Amino acid sequence: MPRVTELFVNGQTHSVDVDAARSLLFVLRDELELTGTRYGCGEGECGACTVLVDGVATRTCITSVSEVVGKEIVTVEWVDDGATLNSVQQAFVDHDAMECGYCTSGMVMCAMGLLREKQRPTRAEIVEAMNGNICRCGTYLRIVAAIEDVVADKP
Amino acid sequence: MDKQLTEQDWEVGLQEPPIEEERYELQARPKYAFSVERRDFLKVVGGGLVVLLVYPRAEAQRQGRGRGGGNAGQPEEIAAWLRVAEDGKVTCHTGKTEVGQNIRTSLTQAVAEELHAPVADISFIMADTDLVPYDRGTFGSQSTPRMNLQLRRVAAAAREALLDLAAEHLQQDRAVLHAGDGKVSTKDGTASVSFGELTAGKQLVATVTRDTELRPASEWTVAGTSVPKVNAADLVSGRHKYASDIIRPGMLHGKVLRPPGLNATLKSVDTSAAEAMPGVTVVRDADFVGVVAPDVHLAAQAVAAIKAEWNTTPQVSSAELFDHLKETAQAGGGGRGTRGRGQTGRGAGRGGAEEAFDISRALADSDQTLDAKYTIAYIAHAPLEPRVAVAEWDDADKLTVWTGTQRPFGIQGDLAQTFGIPPEKVRVIVPDTGSGYGGKHTNAAAAEAARLAVAAGKPVKLLWTRQEEFQWAYARPAGVIEIKSGVSNTGKITAWEFHNYNSGGSSIATPYDVPGAVTQSHRTDSPLPQGSYRGLAATANHFARESHMDDLAELVGMDPLEFRLKNLSHERMREVLKATAELFGWGKTQPSTNHGHGIAVGTEKGSYIGTAAEVSVDPDSGEVKLVRIAAAFDCGAVVNPNHLKSQIEGCIVQGIGGALFEALEFANGAVENPYFSMYRMPRFADIPPIEITLVNRTDLPSAGAGETPIVGIAPAIGNAIRAATGKRIRSMPMAPGGKIAR
Repeated sequence: MPRVTELFVNGQTHSVDVDAARSLLFVLRDELELTGTRYGCGEGECGACTVLVDGVATRTCITSVSEVVGKEIVTVEWVDDGATLNSVQQAFVDHDAMECGYCTSGMVMCAMGLLREKQRPTRAEIVEAMNGNICRCGTYLRIVAAIEDVVADKP
Repeated sequence: MDKQLTEQDWEVGLQEPPIEEERYELQARPKYAFSVERRDFLKVVGGGLVVLLVYPRAEAQRQGRGRGGGNAGQPEEIAAWLRVAEDGKVTCHTGKTEVGQNIRTSLTQAVAEELHAPVADISFIMADTDLVPYDRGTFGSQSTPRMNLQLRRVAAAAREALLDLAAEHLQQDRAVLHAGDGKVSTKDGTASVSFGELTAGKQLVATVTRDTELRPASEWTVAGTSVPKVNAADLVSGRHKYASDIIRPGMLHGKVLRPPGLNATLKSVDTSAAEAMPGVTVVRDADFVGVVAPDVHLAAQAVAAIKAEWNTTPQVSSAELFDHLKETAQAGGGGRGTRGRGQTGRGAGRGGAEEAFDISRALADSDQTLDAKYTIAYIAHAPLEPRVAVAEWDDADKLTVWTGTQRPFGIQGDLAQTFGIPPEKVRVIVPDTGSGYGGKHTNAAAAEAARLAVAAGKPVKLLWTRQEEFQWAYARPAGVIEIKSGVSNTGKITAWEFHNYNSGGSSIATPYDVPGAVTQSHRTDSPLPQGSYRGLAATANHFARESHMDDLAELVGMDPLEFRLKNLSHERMREVLKATAELFGWGKTQPSTNHGHGIAVGTEKGSYIGTAAEVSVDPDSGEVKLVRIAAAFDCGAVVNPNHLKSQIEGCIVQGIGGALFEALEFANGAVENPYFSMYRMPRFADIPPIEITLVNRTDLPSAGAGETPIVGIAPAIGNAIRAATGKRIRSMPMAPGGKIAR
């Protein structure tokens, strides 16, 4: 059974020893204890498990660790420096763009992926990019407003 | 300082009156009672000032309060308490759970308001059965009208006690002192002392007294404002630990072998292949079969390797559902909280009115009559965090379970019963949870994880898959509703007969002015397990009633808004209806081609919602698009305007799902669409702009707000579809796959 022994996550190389077929989601959560990346559906339909892989928003629940060997993985824990929130996170706070918060880290990571891909996404582009993420509490309008704020504040 | 409450206190507002339980609230009464002296409690709590809200003992017993509490160290009749520690920090303890409704914030505001301490100095310990007073559960929109009020009283008593201490400490007349910003100062500002200095080295207990005055809502300075979510930073940074994020030393991962559907029993099982896997433990206990493994991937492989045969029975499918509900309806309607609820509701007359009111005659005498049937599908709560539990047994055989539930003490009791141990040997900890919407009153994952942990001898985490959550949780009840009504040519309702089969009695009584009514909720045989849900049957009952009201308006050639107002004397409902119409611009503009406007009004649990919607319907494909939504809401005095708006938006968004898309499909006890890819829920692209007016009644007590705003959206959309297309859709969901039937 092929194994994966190294993952580059949040600026560090982590030694692991896991079945190469395991999902990145549960390796992040259970082996690296990065629990901010969350399980919601297991089929890439809700976005709660989104991280950046080489800067691209990626569903970890349908990504095996073998697919990300040698790639740069960034999880929600690496987005802020521990003292100050980054602009996307702060905009979510400012808009109270969460209720239970379970989808929030996936939303933040998906928004970050979008803002890397497009400098100034329009509202329609934000909705399209975020449409694969589910907020069952229904804070969609607040999330869009938060991302629009980040775009508006860009120099 | 320690003063017992009297029966009189009970009458002046400290009480928790018995609530009329919806039959689907899934109550379980704890079995045991353990009493601990208050002195022992203090030893547990530590120093500083402790303020308790204490129920009169007789009432505490009547409520079943504390029975089976298992929260050893706390007197059984305590409702809530807070402690001002020696550093001035305030810790409040409540059995309520935070599931996204933002009570951690609103309850903090309540305490800040009366204690006059900064929000940042106040923290809450919630829903940990070892650390909080017994609580029946977080449901029925009761946290704001009850717990919020109770905590304000506790905080006010704490403030008064601190003023007493300060008078002594500062050698000042109490009358010249005031509390603010975490300290007590003389009014001339010459001397002050912090709360922490006042409580340092002390061990004081105060109980709430009934002569403590609370600030009226019109004078609130912290409550009533949009305090941001107190733990927002933990959520956006991923730092918050949900139950699913708990990791314990040596923890293993569990998985349970599931039958192919409901009501299946195990015929035979061969676990040898799973047992042969290194690191895997197989657990077999009667029909329960599960595995424990070092990781979830291996656990899933092990369960897949188990060969099982099941005895199954043919069961009612979703295609046969509505006929089945009618056929199995119990004669004479349901029991407590169903038929009785309808009869005693406003407009439905008191008990016995059915016999007195001759509905056949009223219908026969009406100028026009209307007879219609509505159906409501089962839907799933689909909380984004599925059921999960981490279970750990310690050396003294005490079980600790981290889980997501709205009934921590209920789960504690269930676990005690399941394992035959006293409740104080079970600690249930509920971290702020990845939502519930009424869907987490029970949680089988807790017992499953605990059973697996017994076998493993190590802590075990069990995280249900999405498919398991769809299949093995419970659903919002499906229903059939039949209405027969009569109306005069002048537009007054003259007859009203309303039958709800299965979905329940919430808001079943019409709030409109009727000369009399027959209103019944009928129990049936539900093919799927069903339970509480945001607003519960109020959504179904409002969908039917408010759709029907539009059709009656059309019968007599009246505008839907005008017709409602003509038949509605309830002042608060009239106000939200008019506020909604104004916000939406009802009647101001004609909808363009293929667009339609719809309006609805409703009430449930002491609050009032008006909802209006504009939709467009593609004449070729039948695709429904929401164009805009407006709502006005009155829940009495508003505690947090921004969070209230968020709840209203959330209710509307979730309500859109049940209105247009969501339905559980099933056959032979198996849910056939148990994935997000098969069960369509509202997404970003489905949501139009939503405008909201808050009717802030500072002259009235605050009602809960997390449920009622959901009831108006489905009929508003249905009425708008009717206006756009001429088609009346009487089944929820109205547009499966996003399209109405052509």
